[in-house]
Amino acid sequence: MLVAGIKSRPVYGGLNIEAHAKRHLFVLEGEGALALVDQVKARGLEFLKQADILYVATGSVAHEHDKALAKLGADSCWVAPTIPVLLNRFNVMLGQAHMGTHIYLAGTEGFIGQAQQVAMNHGVDPASLHTEHRGSAARRVQCVHCKGITDSVTTSPYICTHCGLSLLVRDHYSRRIGAFQGVCIDAEEPGTAPQPEELFP
Amino acid sequence: MTINTEMKVRVAKVTQVAERVKRFRFERIDGQPMPVFSGGAHVIVSMRDGRALRRNPYSLMSSPTDTAGYEISVLRVENSRGGSAFLHEKLREGDELVLSQPVNLFPFDQRGKKHIMMAGGIGITPFIAMMDQMEFEGKAFELHYAVRTRTHGAYWKDLQQRYGSHRVKIYCDEEKLFIPVEKILENQPLGTHLYVCGPAGMINGVLGKARALGWPKQNLHSEEFLAPPPGKAFQVRLAKSNRTIDVAPHQSILEALEANGVDAPYLCRGGACGQCETGVVSCDGELEHNDHFLEPDDKASGKKIMICVSRIKGNEVTLDL
Repeated sequence: MLVAGIKSRPVYGGLNIEAHAKRHLFVLEGEGALALVDQVKARGLEFLKQADILYVATGSVAHEHDKALAKLGADSCWVAPTIPVLLNRFNVMLGQAHMGTHIYLAGTEGFIGQAQQVAMNHGVDPASLHTEHRGSAARRVQCVHCKGITDSVTTSPYICTHCGLSLLVRDHYSRRIGAFQGVCIDAEEPGTAPQPEELFP
Repeated sequence: MTINTEMKVRVAKVTQVAERVKRFRFERIDGQPMPVFSGGAHVIVSMRDGRALRRNPYSLMSSPTDTAGYEISVLRVENSRGGSAFLHEKLREGDELVLSQPVNLFPFDQRGKKHIMMAGGIGITPFIAMMDQMEFEGKAFELHYAVRTRTHGAYWKDLQQRYGSHRVKIYCDEEKLFIPVEKILENQPLGTHLYVCGPAGMINGVLGKARALGWPKQNLHSEEFLAPPPGKAFQVRLAKSNRTIDVAPHQSILEALEANGVDAPYLCRGGACGQCETGVVSCDGELEHNDHFLEPDDKASGKKIMICVSRIKGNEVTLDL
């Protein structure tokens, strides 16, 4: 069960390399590494002469995409142990970045949403980010009742990890907090929630 | 669909501020406060000049928080269609006029970390109100202002005095000084926005350089009000009301409709906002698109026209009105 057809649902346009960019900053998670690898296959290595890569493997650690990224020969390629550590470094790099730097985000939706928040705090218009969804369709969802965020939600409904309500996942998305919205599905008659469906594998 | 919230005003003060530039202060006749506006907003000034009714957009340049009156600055253009000539030569203190509510098609992006403004000539006016607001809100900004000569340039001394010469830079054609666009844009912090107001050539030149330096279009903003260019006379047929109206060589379609009592929608009257987009049923000649609003595809389709500034080369156009 999913409430779809909502305008705020993000659309990811792909990592289109901006030809006029003075610098490229790739911020990649998990299978998102392959989005950059595919760009290199299509366009060659030239653009990596002005590029920095930040990578966190998360669940893809066994695929060793970090090795493939390191081989590309970008100006820098830094691998973070966790998403928060990566976002911290991303934040510091943006504080020193100049106009003409283009930002590319690839990975799961939850990751893209969190990285986008960091960029927005530096005055970057989210429409100017280059984004590509790769890997799991799992969602980062906010419970609209207790405001608690649950990462990597694969079913709808799901049980809020903060307050325990059964939440219906909607396509309604908040860019400000980088999460979809979950709404109590059995408020009228508690305990009548339908079985969770695996919608976001 | 005219916006029926017009304000009757009196000309409170006329000031000659530079060669060919006059400032007009308007205050409401009913004594009510003016609405607060945001920097970059404009009003449509309706002028009764003999038999002709002229309506032109002008950027507001007074402080957005000054609700006692609005101020505009007007350049006397040589081949004036009547608006600037009327304001400069006929309008006196105490005269009455009608203003629209303020409309902002050129606001600054509140999310920006820094704001760079580039003005050419009378294009300075929206930035005067914007800087007032930015200063009040503590935003980082700088102005690069190109003037023909120091006597033609309005307000540059006042602005330098108020904001300091580190934030207000003047480039004078006569002294062979031009805005070094690339140099300015080269090392700006992430989250900087650029605003350009001036002649079309300047706007296109500056925005082209910014794009070449990798600035995303979301950070680039410009405003240019077009005067409807003259052409040959033609006829407009209105499909729904089955009327035929003549458009004179110096009249826009919108003006011709209004002169014949047709209440067509408009907002900026300068080809920028999109409010007056009108469907074209048929045209026996060629549409002359003069606006900044329609996308190239729309212009090529021949199905839409912005009646405030565009006209046709031909005898008759049938509009979906």
